[in-house]
Amino acid sequence: MKKSYQILEDNSITHMKHVIYRNLTSSILRLGFILLLTFSTTILAQDGDPANGKSLFNAQCAACHKLDRKMTGPALRNVEARLYEEEGLDREWLNKWIRNSSALIKAGDPYAVKIWNEYNQTAMNAFPTLSDQDISDILAYTAEPPPAPVVVDENPIGGGAGTTDSTSNSIILGALALLFGLLALALVLVNRTLKRFADAKGIEVPVEEQRIPIWKAFVKNQFLVLVTSIVLLLASGYFVYGYLMQVGVDQGYEPVQPIHYSHRIHAGDNKIDCKYCHSSARVSKHSGIPSLNVCMNCHKNIAQVAPETYAEGQEYGVDYNAEIQKLYKAVGWDEEAQAYTGETSPVKWIRIHNLPDFAYFNHSQHVSVAGLECQTCHGPVEEMEIMYQYSSLTMGWCINCHRETNVKVKDNAYYTKIHEQLSKKYGVEQLTAAQMGGLECGKCHY
Amino acid sequence: MSSNKKYWKSVEELNENSSIVETLQQNEFVEQIPTDEFLGDKETLESSSTSRRDFLKYVGFSTAAASLAACEGPVVKSIPYVVQPKEIVPGVANYYATTIADGYDFASVLVKTREGRPIKIENNDLAKTNGHANARVNASILGLYDSLRVKGPMKGDTPISWDTFNTETKEVFSKVGDKEIVFLTQTFASPSTSKLVGEFSETYGNVRHVSYDAISESAALDAFQAKYGKRALANYDFSKAMTIVSVGADFLGDWQGGGFDTAYAKMRIPENGKMSRHIQFESNMSLTGANADKRVPMKPSEQRLALAKLYSYVTGASVGGNLPENLDKAVRAAASELKKAGSNGVVVTGIQDVNAQTVVLEINEALSSKAFDTKTTINTKQGNDKAVMQLVADMKAGKVGALVMVGVNPMYTLPNATDFAEGLKKTTSIAFSMKKDETSSNCNYIAAAPHYLESWGDVEIKTGHYALMQPTIRPLFDTKQFQDVLLTWTDNTTAYNDYIKATWKESILNGASYNQALHDGVFVSTSNTTEEVSAVEEIEAPSGNAARALASSSKSSGMELSLYTKTGMGDGQQANNPWLQEFPDPITRTSWDNYLTISQADADAAGLVNKNVANGGLNGSLVDVTVNGVTVKNVPVLIQPGQAKGSVGLSFGYGRTMGLKGDMQTGVNAYPLYQNFNPVQEVSITKAAGEHEFACVQLHNTLMGRGDIIKETTLEIFNTKDKKYWNSIPEVSLNHIETPVTSPEVDLWDEFDRSIGHHFNLSIDLNACTGCGACVIACHAENNVPVVGKTEMRRSRDMHWLRIDRYYSSEDSFDGDLEKKENISGLGSSLSEFGEMESPNENPQVVFQPVMCQHCNHAPCETVCPVAATAHGRQGQNHMAYNRCVGTRYCANNCPYKVRRFNWFLYNQNDEFDYFMNDDLGRMVLNPDVTVRSRGVMEKCSFCIQKTQKTILDAKRDGREVKDGEFQTACSAACGNGAMVFGDVNDKESKVAKLKEDDRMYHLLEYVGTKPNVFYHTKVRNTKA
Repeated sequence: MKKSYQILEDNSITHMKHVIYRNLTSSILRLGFILLLTFSTTILAQDGDPANGKSLFNAQCAACHKLDRKMTGPALRNVEARLYEEEGLDREWLNKWIRNSSALIKAGDPYAVKIWNEYNQTAMNAFPTLSDQDISDILAYTAEPPPAPVVVDENPIGGGAGTTDSTSNSIILGALALLFGLLALALVLVNRTLKRFADAKGIEVPVEEQRIPIWKAFVKNQFLVLVTSIVLLLASGYFVYGYLMQVGVDQGYEPVQPIHYSHRIHAGDNKIDCKYCHSSARVSKHSGIPSLNVCMNCHKNIAQVAPETYAEGQEYGVDYNAEIQKLYKAVGWDEEAQAYTGETSPVKWIRIHNLPDFAYFNHSQHVSVAGLECQTCHGPVEEMEIMYQYSSLTMGWCINCHRETNVKVKDNAYYTKIHEQLSKKYGVEQLTAAQMGGLECGKCHY
Repeated sequence: MSSNKKYWKSVEELNENSSIVETLQQNEFVEQIPTDEFLGDKETLESSSTSRRDFLKYVGFSTAAASLAACEGPVVKSIPYVVQPKEIVPGVANYYATTIADGYDFASVLVKTREGRPIKIENNDLAKTNGHANARVNASILGLYDSLRVKGPMKGDTPISWDTFNTETKEVFSKVGDKEIVFLTQTFASPSTSKLVGEFSETYGNVRHVSYDAISESAALDAFQAKYGKRALANYDFSKAMTIVSVGADFLGDWQGGGFDTAYAKMRIPENGKMSRHIQFESNMSLTGANADKRVPMKPSEQRLALAKLYSYVTGASVGGNLPENLDKAVRAAASELKKAGSNGVVVTGIQDVNAQTVVLEINEALSSKAFDTKTTINTKQGNDKAVMQLVADMKAGKVGALVMVGVNPMYTLPNATDFAEGLKKTTSIAFSMKKDETSSNCNYIAAAPHYLESWGDVEIKTGHYALMQPTIRPLFDTKQFQDVLLTWTDNTTAYNDYIKATWKESILNGASYNQALHDGVFVSTSNTTEEVSAVEEIEAPSGNAARALASSSKSSGMELSLYTKTGMGDGQQANNPWLQEFPDPITRTSWDNYLTISQADADAAGLVNKNVANGGLNGSLVDVTVNGVTVKNVPVLIQPGQAKGSVGLSFGYGRTMGLKGDMQTGVNAYPLYQNFNPVQEVSITKAAGEHEFACVQLHNTLMGRGDIIKETTLEIFNTKDKKYWNSIPEVSLNHIETPVTSPEVDLWDEFDRSIGHHFNLSIDLNACTGCGACVIACHAENNVPVVGKTEMRRSRDMHWLRIDRYYSSEDSFDGDLEKKENISGLGSSLSEFGEMESPNENPQVVFQPVMCQHCNHAPCETVCPVAATAHGRQGQNHMAYNRCVGTRYCANNCPYKVRRFNWFLYNQNDEFDYFMNDDLGRMVLNPDVTVRSRGVMEKCSFCIQKTQKTILDAKRDGREVKDGEFQTACSAACGNGAMVFGDVNDKESKVAKLKEDDRMYHLLEYVGTKPNVFYHTKVRNTKA
């Protein structure tokens, strides 16, 4: 399932912050569609085309403006009407401002200067290419009323279905259990009644001949006992061995992290390259946990997730927006002022991949030199909602890979000579890491 | 001839009846291991209530409990940066060029930092003139992480804020009235600091700046000033000298600031049949004397006369006085060699006497020595004895209103510390100090000073040769450097780094880039090197007055004491540095101590003894040493071969009492004997009761009777005879045919193919190695080698991966003695030569031999390891997998070179070993790429595999081949003398491959057939018959 942030614009998300959804995708879509229809009729009254305005807005303005939130520039919902009502500025002024704001500022226009000062004296980019129609389209888009808050009924028909399903299941199960119970009771009662009849009529119920219980027979048969105990011993040995071998191997270790960070959304849905955040994997032995300023490269502009994403979060029982707020708190980002406060509190992640100190592992050797995909060792990270340890990270696991993997020697002048000589010596086309010396103790233990 | 010399490591070995030496040659342990003690005898075993079954139950239970407890892994937190600095990539080291200038050591260095914390000091190769990092500079990084540092400014014992400090001190300065403000500082040699002090004087007036060097070179400065008009030291470039005569100058040690060894070592490698010749006249056995071709032991008083005589023999001027005949002969010989060498000769002296220093300047001028440089003077010693003495007197007289001390510890280093203490009470005192030491604890204010790795600064080490100091870490504590406070005092709001930048742009850089200079750490000015020195009396012919005065001042009576500095400890400001405390002195091989060195004859006369006790530890008598009524009590005595009869030596730097951990409070303080800043004193010695236990590694791991671990020859034989004669490959008999041990037929093992890929070799040139020990400390720092402490050292449990063995040898072997006896001509020389033969330890020859794991291709350790914890790599390294090691120590037993070290204890995070690995601060110095070993694990030199692997990986990442010189070990990188060269011998063009083909090349104990990957170069001595 791929979601893009375009959806953000479909239904402004601000109003959906505190709403709890249950399987709402379809209803939201439906609602959005209805809303869109209603708005399109109302908007037709104006001279702009809000649909075209929207695409223009996304292309030209969205980098700095949002409709309902301050970003680099002010929020633009109803900007034209507001300006007219509050400042008495008309479309003419807006056109000038949009096409060349700095000229207005230079000319000393009081409101222009005020805005300029309010936003850290950063002048807005000039858009001289926008036609009057374009501007009115954009303004038409901004004039659209915010989508009515999608108030979800506490017990909507669609939403309720799920709960009813589960309750009905248990009711059916309960009823069945009751039925069986009643049946059993009936049988007992029938039996008792029959017995009483028999007693009353003096019928002797023949007593079955006592047979040796099976366990006694088993105990008496020493051969069977021997075989069974051997089998049992072997089996328990097998399980004990299996248990002991996983001691200290934290495969599948999936600790609760201070911030619920979803690799699924970042690496999966948004297809962000692993090494965008874990950049030191290219040059260093450590892949590095990204510092928070790396997060802020994107999250400066992404304070909230798309509703669909949000809804998915509910499935995992997590409020993604609250998690982003955790990031802001840690990095000291004041969303209102769009500025860093300088008050930081580093995030204490729980380390998942713990190699012992005596084992040396170098990411850059594997990532940059060998050209391995991160997934080779870390598994399908792009599908992991919460990161877990995919591989066992035992020495046997390392060694096996070194035995099987060919060294990537192509276009690497370092390997040219040694590969030529070694492949001749071993009589192979391709050398494995092991043949290159990758099994020597001292290569990893020092 | 190399093979039939007799080598010995300790005086004990010369004693033919020594049972200890005898035993050590046969056995690993001197005593039977007292197995009964821990196993128990039968009787106690039977009476014990714990039966074998009980024991097994306990074992079973504890194993089960331990394994259950181990099931749950610990939760490890990872905390990334909030905002990651651009230049930091976790796991990648950054290097910064900076400069150490602590008043005693001055050197341009490169600092390796990991994740923003400095972890190692390396040589700055761009600094060609500023000396290489010696052992102390290499160890200085530990001072940064010293847990006893002052954490912030203090008033007496109460912490105050810097604002309070500044206002209060300013008030002090404004209230001094007609009294003086005095700065008593270390030598800064800093242009910016001088300027700042000048500005301060302008602001406050009545300011005096006194430079004070704990170990004074005042006499040399005075002599140079009188002759050349500048208070500085003449520079010597020993790479231009073919004949070096030194009278009491330890120029390979700390003489006149040190740093001469790089140039010296260059000429010690025989090339085209030539090498320099070095004659040393001295009383203590110094590092320099140990390296000399001819060493003449003589008392300090005789040295004065010898220098005067040398002057007279060279220049022809007449000088009175008479030397003993054999000494006179030696001086005459030296003079004639000097004259023959002409401008290729040079004379230096360490005698602290203006006349002596003048005489040396005059001789060098008379020779017009090429090595002698009066233009590029050395500026790192500026202390003035008279000014310091005057200051103490003024303080006592109450003339000093405020005293600001920076980088000095006069309460410890002044001979008249009590006078100083008295004066200190009559003034307001401010000490800029990193420690609450002897001085700062007696001051009104302690201004917490940063370590040099946290400071800005500039130094003009030599005239025109500038160096910059830059911080490599944000100050760990609330510290401010003196210059920053000076700026505050003068109400200057500039930051000191900007101030330096301005000063440099204004008067030093001459248009060059400041950023480049900061990047390089050094800047050589081309313009103003020559202008400043104006010769005052250059034309005046040497009169010989100085020499005559020198000769007449030479009076000898009784025992003479020569105070000296040890390679490891210097002036003692780094006494709280466990690396340096544990560093065995290159000569005595004794750590954690200073001691009175005395000759065997004098010791016998005074009834003083050294003896080795059963565990190999050395014990020595104690004496009280008295100079002019000042007595230092209970000084341990160490009998030093080569010590001039009638003289004793004692080193500075020990006996500190404050600002250091209890374990480091070792030795005795020699400074009270340093009266009038004269290191030579008449002394009386009385035996005291008791014995001192040394931590001397001398008798540990003896030669086991294998004397040919050293090969040496003379220049004459080297030049004239075939290699077979002086560096023969040992032979063994195969089918009654003598076959060299290197041939495959006599090899027990199959040879692996090592021709593909890298094959690392380390070359060690015994000629270039001066024994300075920088490599030992560098290895310590690089490889997280633990410090074990004095008692463990004494038990021969030292952990040094790299040791520098010091071997003594008498003039020749016993065969040589015979030869010599037959060649004696006339009666004159016979007496002395018979005398020498009688007592080999009177003036032995010395060889230094760095020994680390030899990385044998046929390693004896590998075959005996029951768990295959040690294995061989294709690249020639002998690997040690700590996590596999179970600690049988078979490998150490089977190692013929005794280079394996066993972790008898857990040395980190263990209160029993509170050195540096036991506190969070000290552990910051650990190298994150090297495992910190645990108890019960064998360890050894790894050929710095973490460094070779990194070099390979860098090349792989760049997709290129490794260039020669890129492969380095910590020791080879630290060796400033070019004695150690590391590299890939499969790269035929590499330096090390060429060195391996050299005629002087040999392997240690070649006949054992271990095929080591470390090879040595036969020592060649430039001795004359």
